[in-house]
Amino acid sequence: MLAMNYRGPYRVRADHKPDPVIEHPGDAIVRVTRACICGSDLHLYHGLVPDTRVGTTFGHEFVGIVEEVGSAVTKLKVGDHVLVPFNVFCGSCFFCQRELYGNCHNTNPQASAVGGIYGYSHTAGGYDGGQAEFVRVPMADVGPTVIPPDLHEDDAVLLTDALPTGYQAAEMGDIAEGDTVVVFGAGPVGIFAAKSAWLMGAGRVIVVDHVEYRLDFVRRYAQCEVINFREVDDMALHIKKMTDWLGADVCIDAVGCEAAGNAMQTITGPYTLMQAGSATVLHWCINSVRKGGNVSIVGVYGPTFNAVPIGNALNKGLTLRMNQASVKRHLPRLIEHIQAGRIDPKQIITHRVPLEEVADAYHIFSSKLDNCIKTVLIPPSARQTRAVAATALN
Amino acid sequence: MNHTHDHEHDHKHAHEHAHEHGRNDLAVFQHGRPPVDRSAIQGWGADLDRKNRPAYPMERMPQRLDAPLTQPDPQAQHVEVLVSPERPHMTPLFGSPQPPSGLSGVLRRAAFKTTENDIRHWLLLLLADRVNVVEGLAEDLARGHVPNIFAEMGIKAEWEHNRMGLVKKAAVVAAVAGVGYYLLKRRNDH
Ligand SMILES: [Zn+2]
Ligand SMILES: [Zn+2]
Repeated sequence: MLAMNYRGPYRVRADHKPDPVIEHPGDAIVRVTRACICGSDLHLYHGLVPDTRVGTTFGHEFVGIVEEVGSAVTKLKVGDHVLVPFNVFCGSCFFCQRELYGNCHNTNPQASAVGGIYGYSHTAGGYDGGQAEFVRVPMADVGPTVIPPDLHEDDAVLLTDALPTGYQAAEMGDIAEGDTVVVFGAGPVGIFAAKSAWLMGAGRVIVVDHVEYRLDFVRRYAQCEVINFREVDDMALHIKKMTDWLGADVCIDAVGCEAAGNAMQTITGPYTLMQAGSATVLHWCINSVRKGGNVSIVGVYGPTFNAVPIGNALNKGLTLRMNQASVKRHLPRLIEHIQAGRIDPKQIITHRVPLEEVADAYHIFSSKLDNCIKTVLIPPSARQTRAVAATALN
Repeated sequence: MNHTHDHEHDHKHAHEHAHEHGRNDLAVFQHGRPPVDRSAIQGWGADLDRKNRPAYPMERMPQRLDAPLTQPDPQAQHVEVLVSPERPHMTPLFGSPQPPSGLSGVLRRAAFKTTENDIRHWLLLLLADRVNVVEGLAEDLARGHVPNIFAEMGIKAEWEHNRMGLVKKAAVVAAVAGVGYYLLKRRNDH
């Protein structure tokens, strides 16, 4: 099959690799019809996540058709059109029983802090991802969700991570009616966090980024105020001025370990790996939120330590909440929101690229070229199928 | 913050009220919160009630998912899989591609002798990743494939969307190379 192949920092290509096989009776093989590149894939692409092995296929956001199922699979059938949450999870362990699917204890032998994630390094279980023609999907009766017939495939692929993660970010902020919510990062997750903040009754939503086209996009898409932090001397001071010197009620970190905006953090973080990424946005969140406020973190940080102003968090009496999204929890409600027209996720897709051009697709997204917000990769087998279907119709 | 109003109408009223009466008003206590036309925002407040939020409370038991509450059968293991000392049992499920091999594999095995709590674990893994890149190049060459590194870095996209940037980078590289050549030549001449 054709699959994305990681060769080293900033180097990927489309390569022929062996097809995945059923390795466990609960597995399915899914033929991928669409796979996204995610902002968090960039941390792998830049070589910042430990145990990212050469030859790995990335991609934790994909939808496709069930091609084959293992002997123990009872609910999922060959031919089902499914969206697959980015978490690899069992549904039965201590954490899954509490609906913490992002924290499954049965799918990742190589680390205890993080559960299994498709295509997200051996630290996240060593599974190959969906930026390929085929992918192995463990626990096929538990993870995949059959896509309702009236749901667009482009909406479905955004339900595998970006939308639920943005939604969970807002939810972890415990937003109350009228709250002022500041979202750091105008990537797909930040965009959906801003949108979700309104669903939860925010009174004011402010999005912070430094890329003008992303700010334009989120202003239009999520009807929020925006701040370009390059035009601001001091972020915490600026937010306080905007909020009558109180600070925001809720701050959301949708950036993670490669935040720009502070040279010292960039040098000690992404450049020299002395800390697990630049904690610039964590500083901004903790220092911009009001006393007693909530900070919600969904931006990815590496597993090593970070310089975080925990003293300020203590003195201000903050509530910090963070997690990988437990995607499966959110799906029924988010599908309702899409069907009711409250949110239209597919509008954020700006690029549709053949899988063969994966290297260019990564570069465009990583360098923020061509006004890129979200890229969908389409494998050759998916294109052939569509061509055949179109011919049959004629 | 206390929310004493149940209806959207009351909120609009409160904001109007604030404008009329100035500072001794509810709006003053809602520091810095200008009125928002909520009706203009599609879906505003649909999940205002926490009961509508699917991950509330954070830990929810019993789960709503129809999953068997028995430990999954273990996956057959055909390749070497490293196991964190902080969870010393093989999990029933794991990814099997790219088992550790070569020098990077030696480093990774060494890394897994320390816990996730130990900074050496992560630093060794990052080092192994860099060694692995060189191994990847050697592997490509060994099977007669000369990797097109520029293509792998997306130079086509750079040319299409950031031509000026690419030209500048090329000029800087050429200038640095030129100066270096000149300095070397001058030193050799003397
Ligand atoms: Zn993602
Ligand atoms: Zn589990």
